[in-house]
Amino acid sequence: MSSPDAKDSHRQRKTVVTIEDLCKSYMLGHMELPVLKGLDLSFYEGEYVSIMGPSGSGKSTLLNILGCLDKPTSGRYLLGTDDVSTLDDNQLSAIRGKRIGFVFQSFNLIRQLNILENIEVAMYYQHVPKHQRRQRATMLAERVGLGDRIRHRPFELSGGQQQRVAIARALANDPLIILADEPTGNLDSQSGAEILEILNELNAQGKTIIVVTHDEQISSQTHRSVHLLDGQIERIQSNGTGE
Amino acid sequence: MLSRILAILLISLRSLWMHRLRSGLTMLGIVFGVASVISMLAIGEGASQQAQQQIAHLGSTNIILKTVKPPDQEVADASEQTIQEYGLRYADAERFRETIPDAQVVVPVRRKPKQVFYQSRRITAEIVGTVPWYTELAPIKVLLGRFLTPMDMHYSQAICVIDETVLDNLFKFDDPIGQDIKISGEYYRVVGVVRQLSAVSGVQDDTSMQSSAQSNGVGGAVYIALTTMKNRFGETEVQFGGSTGMSGEKVELSEITIKVSSMEHVLPTRDVLANLLERHHKKKDYQIIVPLELLRQAARTKRLFSIVLGSIAAISLLVGGIGIMNIMLATVSERTREIGIRRALGARKSDIIVQFLSETVLLTLIGGLLGMALGACIPILVTVFGKMPTVITPGAMILSFGISAGIGVTFGLYPAYQAANMDPIESLRHE
Ligand SMILES: Nc1ncnc2c1ncn2[C@@H]1O[C@H](COP(=O)(O)OP(=O)(O)OP(=O)(O)O)[C@@H](O)[C@H]1O
Ligand SMILES: [Mg+2]
Repeated sequence: MSSPDAKDSHRQRKTVVTIEDLCKSYMLGHMELPVLKGLDLSFYEGEYVSIMGPSGSGKSTLLNILGCLDKPTSGRYLLGTDDVSTLDDNQLSAIRGKRIGFVFQSFNLIRQLNILENIEVAMYYQHVPKHQRRQRATMLAERVGLGDRIRHRPFELSGGQQQRVAIARALANDPLIILADEPTGNLDSQSGAEILEILNELNAQGKTIIVVTHDEQISSQTHRSVHLLDGQIERIQSNGTGE
Repeated sequence: MLSRILAILLISLRSLWMHRLRSGLTMLGIVFGVASVISMLAIGEGASQQAQQQIAHLGSTNIILKTVKPPDQEVADASEQTIQEYGLRYADAERFRETIPDAQVVVPVRRKPKQVFYQSRRITAEIVGTVPWYTELAPIKVLLGRFLTPMDMHYSQAICVIDETVLDNLFKFDDPIGQDIKISGEYYRVVGVVRQLSAVSGVQDDTSMQSSAQSNGVGGAVYIALTTMKNRFGETEVQFGGSTGMSGEKVELSEITIKVSSMEHVLPTRDVLANLLERHHKKKDYQIIVPLELLRQAARTKRLFSIVLGSIAAISLLVGGIGIMNIMLATVSERTREIGIRRALGARKSDIIVQFLSETVLLTLIGGLLGMALGACIPILVTVFGKMPTVITPGAMILSFGISAGIGVTFGLYPAYQAANMDPIESLRHE
């Protein structure tokens, strides 16, 4: 029992993401609308965290900043050891491509590409050679249980299947963290459960996962739940699972 | 690298293929634009080459002097019987030979349309009285027998050389050599048949390049020695008629052609000639034609012609380009979400630019190729049905292909930049 504990504590000490006094506000005309009001948070390697909170509390905004799609208005954001706030557009693109895997609520697959090609896109921008891309994409499609559908187009798949493709795509470049914004929000409970199972599995294999959700049942399966309220951290709740 | 470019083009091709109708319609603008550039240039080039060829046949190192009838000057005490004397003289030719060192060849010519008889057949032909070295100026090919010789000149022989038209009309299937033909009641023995390769004899003025023979309704030419012509026809042409009774003209030579050693000598020699003639001719009864000048003038005209035609065509290309830009802007806004997804997956701005730019360039290049094919066909139709010469130059092909690629880049850049500079989050939210 002592060795997994040691491993756990080791894991917890190695942070993947640190944010310090992170603020984000939008300008609406001349009015400044603060959305995130000074967040301090750390996520650790191999951690499975859920972000909860009422609608409009800033969950998606936070996730977009974590995913380098958006820039904070002020505060620090360390991804690994890099201070992301100092990076330029090309460097941010590279980080999005290599270190972050996105899973969206609305799947966001590219319509004109087939399943295999959708999974390959992220690798394409990292200049992975074609045959290697093919190989890995096929492997990932099989891993999410769609090995027999790789030539299909997104609209030929069910929502749950599409979200599985999106997860496979997020894994393409073996990212540091997976960011999922309400990944089951558009799915029925059956498909949602399948998606969660895959995420759980990935975490069990050591992936760091941050998931935004409204679903208590999902958050209860994660290690920690960060509750946001009105752009601030209301509370952080440690769940028994996995700890 | 190459495989990546290929991959990008393939992806673009696929995306164009997905919207075949739209891509096709957009492409049409470029197709017609390029086709019209090529056909316009081909027509312009054809016209100018034709003009230049005609002028070049006159010889770019030649200077042609022609007798022209001076405007009628009624002399106050004009008697009823005037013989108007004008034109170039033997003395002129002699003077040129003696005083102009650069003149390599001086060829005096006298022309007169006459009826030519052989047995029962008859044809109106131009009698060309000239010298043996006429062949040095006019590209003449001896088909049968020989051309005039110095001996013919010296003894004013009653021999003649006929051209193909005369041969066909008078002799049909007979062997003409050694036969006698009758001109103005006198007989000439045919010693040779020639083919005139160009219209040298015929330049009537600088604008129309038609042969005088054609314009006078005469076919063919009969060459005789100048001395023979002088002896047999005389120089005075007397006409009866009108209320004045009798009038006459005395003309010694119809034209004198001078060939200089090189093109640099053409213009100075022209000036010397003009001076000489002015001094010895009271009236302006001659005309100086410099093919080289005509050639240069034709080149200038050609350039202007090409610019005008080219601009018209370029405008249609521009319209095509604007059409492409319009469609690409629509495409970009339609694919906003896709752009957002790609950005989220690690695409840099430059990747997005390359993607959209390659679509536009591919569209214009395919359009350009189709336009080139069409542009190669239109001039052929123009030549076949419009009886106009056309010349498609490789330059025009390369130019229009380059232009279409250029249009792709120019009109593709703006939409591509728009695509690249969209905010990833905004794009992802876009429906
Ligand atoms: N581009 C923007 N301009 C102005 N305000 C914005 C913009 N994006 C988000 N907001 C505001 O920021 C606040 C937080 O939005 P966010 O999308 O992060 O909420 P959320 O917690 O994800 O909500 P939900 O659970 O409904 O997805 C909202 O009040 C929203 O109106
Ligand atoms: Mg949200």
